[in-house]
Parts: sequence; C-alpha cells; structure tokens
Amino acid sequence: MHKVLIIGEHDGKALNPATAKCVTCAKSIPDAEIIIALFGADTAAVASQAAAVTGVKTVLRVDRPENEHPLAAIFAPQVAALAADYSHIFGPSTSFGKDLMPRVAALLGVAQVSDLMAVESAYRFRRPIYAGNAIVTVEADASRKLVATVRVASFQAAAGGGGAAVESKSVDAALPTHTRYLGTKSGSTDRPDLQTARRVISGGRALGSAENFKLLYSLADKLGAAVGASRAAVDAGYAPNEMQVGQTGKIISPEIYIAVGISGAIQHLTGIKDARTIVAINKDSEAPIFEVADVGLVGDLFQIVPEFERLVSG
Amino acid sequence: MQKIIVCIKRVVDYNVRVRVKPDGSGVMLDGVKMSVNPFDEIALEEALRIKEKAGNIEVVAVSIGVAETQQQLRTALAMGADRAILVQTDAPVEPLTAAHVFLALAKKENPDIIFLGKQAIDDDANQTGQMLAALWERPQGTYASKVEITGDKAAITREIDAGLETIEVDLPAVITVDLRLNEPRYVKLPDIMKAKKKPLDVTSLDALGVSAGQYLKTVKTEPPAQRQKGVLVKDVAELVGVLKKKGLI
Repeated sequence: MHKVLIIGEHDGKALNPATAKCVTCAKSIPDAEIIIALFGADTAAVASQAAAVTGVKTVLRVDRPENEHPLAAIFAPQVAALAADYSHIFGPSTSFGKDLMPRVAALLGVAQVSDLMAVESAYRFRRPIYAGNAIVTVEADASRKLVATVRVASFQAAAGGGGAAVESKSVDAALPTHTRYLGTKSGSTDRPDLQTARRVISGGRALGSAENFKLLYSLADKLGAAVGASRAAVDAGYAPNEMQVGQTGKIISPEIYIAVGISGAIQHLTGIKDARTIVAINKDSEAPIFEVADVGLVGDLFQIVPEFERLVSG
Repeated sequence: MQKIIVCIKRVVDYNVRVRVKPDGSGVMLDGVKMSVNPFDEIALEEALRIKEKAGNIEVVAVSIGVAETQQQLRTALAMGADRAILVQTDAPVEPLTAAHVFLALAKKENPDIIFLGKQAIDDDANQTGQMLAALWERPQGTYASKVEITGDKAAITREIDAGLETIEVDLPAVITVDLRLNEPRYVKLPDIMKAKKKPLDVTSLDALGVSAGQYLKTVKTEPPAQRQKGVLVKDVAELVGVLKKKGLI
C-alpha cells in the first residue's frame, strides 16, 4: 500500500481548491491511502473543509503559533519529520508548494518531481519541460520517498461530501528563527479566484493602460469571470503581478478563457492550454493566439468588448 | 557584506523553439544557441547593483556543466562579476546534485548572499535554490521582486499567487529572483575584452566531494498534445451566439 501525504494550502480561513486537485492526483496512485496535513496557527475551520474532500482518510492538524504564516523555512522541518510514515509527499504547484516542497525534498535527501501532470504508476510520472514544449516521463526509485508538486491545472478537484477523521498532531522539529513574515499586499477583489474560476478574461498589452483594463473588469462582472493578464500587460503596469497568466504566472484550466489583445507568446500559451475553450479577440489576424483558439474574432477590442458586454447584458 | 555568489546555468537560448527528437530520447540540442538562463541574468544584475551601491563586495559567478559553460561565465564576467568558478562535468546535473555542489562552494567561499534564478528555462524544475537553502540551513527568499539589504538582514518582496509578500531574513541567505526584480544590463564590447582577463577557475565534482547522483530517470520525451485550430467568427453577435450555444456564457 502507498501512503500519500498532501500538504494542504490555506489562508487560515479557507482551504485552497489546489488541495482537492492534489487529492485527485493522489487517487491515481495505485492502492493509496490519502492523508492531508494542515499547518497553521488554528486550522479548525480549514480542517473541516479538508475532511469533506472525498477520498481523504485523515486530516492532520499541526497547529502552533509559529505556523501562522506559510514560511517554507518553518514548515519544511515539520513536513520532513511527518514524512517518516509516508511513501509519497505531495504539494500543489502553486507559489506555496513550489517554495516549500523542494526544501522538504532536500531535508529528506530525495529528488522532487515538479509539476506532475499525469501518474503512470506509483513511481512513474509525466511532467512538462521547456515551457511545455516537451513532456517527459520520469521514473523514481521505489525504495525512496517520492516528493512532488502537482500541476493543478491537470487535475479536476475531488468532490466534497466526504467525512475524513480529523486529528491533532504534534510534530517534534526544531524551528529556525532566521525568517520572519512581514506582510502581504494583494489587490482585494470580489471576482472569482483566477486559479479556480470557471470563466477567465485576460488582457494583453493592446489594452494600453490600467484604465482600459476596466473594460475587462466590467465584462467579467457580467459573466461572473475572473480577470487575468499577459506578462507584457503586467510588466507595463496595467495589472498587478497576481493577475499574470502563463509559464511564470498562473497556469489555469477554466472552462472558457477569453484572450483580449493578447498575441499569444509561447509562455502565455503554456498557462492556458488546459482551458476547455479558448476565445481570442485580436486585431492582428496573424497573431499566434489564433492557432490555439477554438473561436477567434479579428477586430478592434475597444469596439468588441463593450458590444460583447451589451449583448450579454440584454 | 563582503561576498555574493550568483549561480548561473547554461541553457538553450530563450528564443529557440525547442523540438523533441523523433525517437523520443530527448530534445534536439545539436547546433542550438546556448545562453545564460534569463532568470540567472536577473540574479547577477541584482548582485551587481548591490555591489555598485555598497562597494567593496566581491561578486562570484559559479556554474556546473560542460567545458563550453565557460562561455556563459565569461558573459557573467563581462556583465561585471569579479571572478568565476566552473564545476566541470559532462554528466547531467539534477537540482539536488546542483544544490550539493553550491553547498560545497558556499562552505568554501562563505558568501553573505547566494542569488539564483527562480527556475531554469530548460527543465523548469524550480528547486535548486530551495534545496540549497535547506542543505545550508539558511533562509530562502524565493520569487524576489524587490531586495533591500540593511546590515545583516534582507527584506525580500516575493511574487506569490495572492500578491506581494514581504519577509525578513537574517544573512547569509539564498535568494531566487523573479522577472520583475530588474532589467539586466547589456554587455558592452570593452567589458567583453576586460572579462577575458578576469579569473575563471575550473574545478570538478570530485574535488568538491560531490557525486553526480541520478535520482530521476527520464524514460521518454514526447511533444505536447496540440490543440486543434478552431473557427473564426465574423462579428460579436456570432461570437456570443456560439458561446451561448456551447453553454459557456
């Protein structure tokens, strides 16, 4: 039997949906027993959400004041100590998991499989390299622990309605004091979360200004969509970094992705190719985005977007 | 602050469209242009800016790889690094091995900061900096978009999914850099000439006491699934109609 430990991601209040996607991935490991570990100052509320994810046997709460903020240097020794009882240790391929899991792997003296996108057997996986231009199948030594980050865009979230046991767990690990959390700045928004939204509208450099991005916000609110941006738009200051979609931003898999004024650089396409339907709106009919779009419309976005909004409002 | 190490990887140039070999044994690398990993250029630029501001800091560029990696280290020297070290090997180097090599160099050189790119654009692993920090038992500041040094501490602003997070770490520390930290300088011809005279030491895994462990075996390499090209619609009304019919809006 394989025992898979998933490091749950949360903000103290809500379980990040990336965690339920890791559970789906873990379910494809043959004969797997799945445990979620939650590190935090008080994980009571999050633990009940994690316990509802189907397929999970146990939720372990590792509560202590030092765990209030997700610092890799603080979490990693605890994860490594907990890992003794497990064959596989998974985290999401989000900024949280990417920061934490390699530190865990090094403490355990093992390699990490990054961006695991498919399970072929308990120790054989597929993952993208070269910004998704190639897919490799890698095999790890079955006699050692397997640490991986799960490419969340490759997996559907496991359904709710489960009833896993919740246990408090104390972990014996010496914690460093060399790393301190100072704060987080994020543009608060009532729109759906970009990484898990069913509908996403993204803007590129062609939007021309932060002011013009309001066109997209307005349409997004009509459609109940999240708003993203290309790297070029973020670099130009039209949108904050947390909105970046692509290889170095967020990799997403919405049901519909509407790319507005985005030419479709390879690193952007890497972030959206798991979207079920891609819509491209661009004035350049030669733009590479049209090569991957299911539906394309060539034209001026400043006319198209307001008209789009009128038509869906009516 | 006396010394900064910057880790540099030789990778297929950013502009090259990588293709998979027909037999699935890897990607085609023959005759392909090689460059410094773009994230590592940003890491080096940050080290140079810290040096230019504070003065009297030695910047050491280090790399692991084939003999030709000297080209990328010469680029680093031309950008402004003071000296370079190549740990020469023909063996493929996995992130954990690289972390052990950089640990051995850290113990020899005692730097205040080790800068790396957040990931290399070939294997996209995004692991080496975090692994090095773990082995060195020092702080890590990953995905840095701002670095402020005050005495023996660094405030690091990190690009995370939720926005921008700031942490404070005690030096020495490992910092991995993101795209928006800075824009690397262009190398000028006189600097390239000057770089030829700067010291570049070549050493080996053996000399550092590190073995090139193989942890993950690559079984095969395939091209990604391609999306089918779709349809063009003539106007917004048709677009909305198509999307409504598909039940998407």
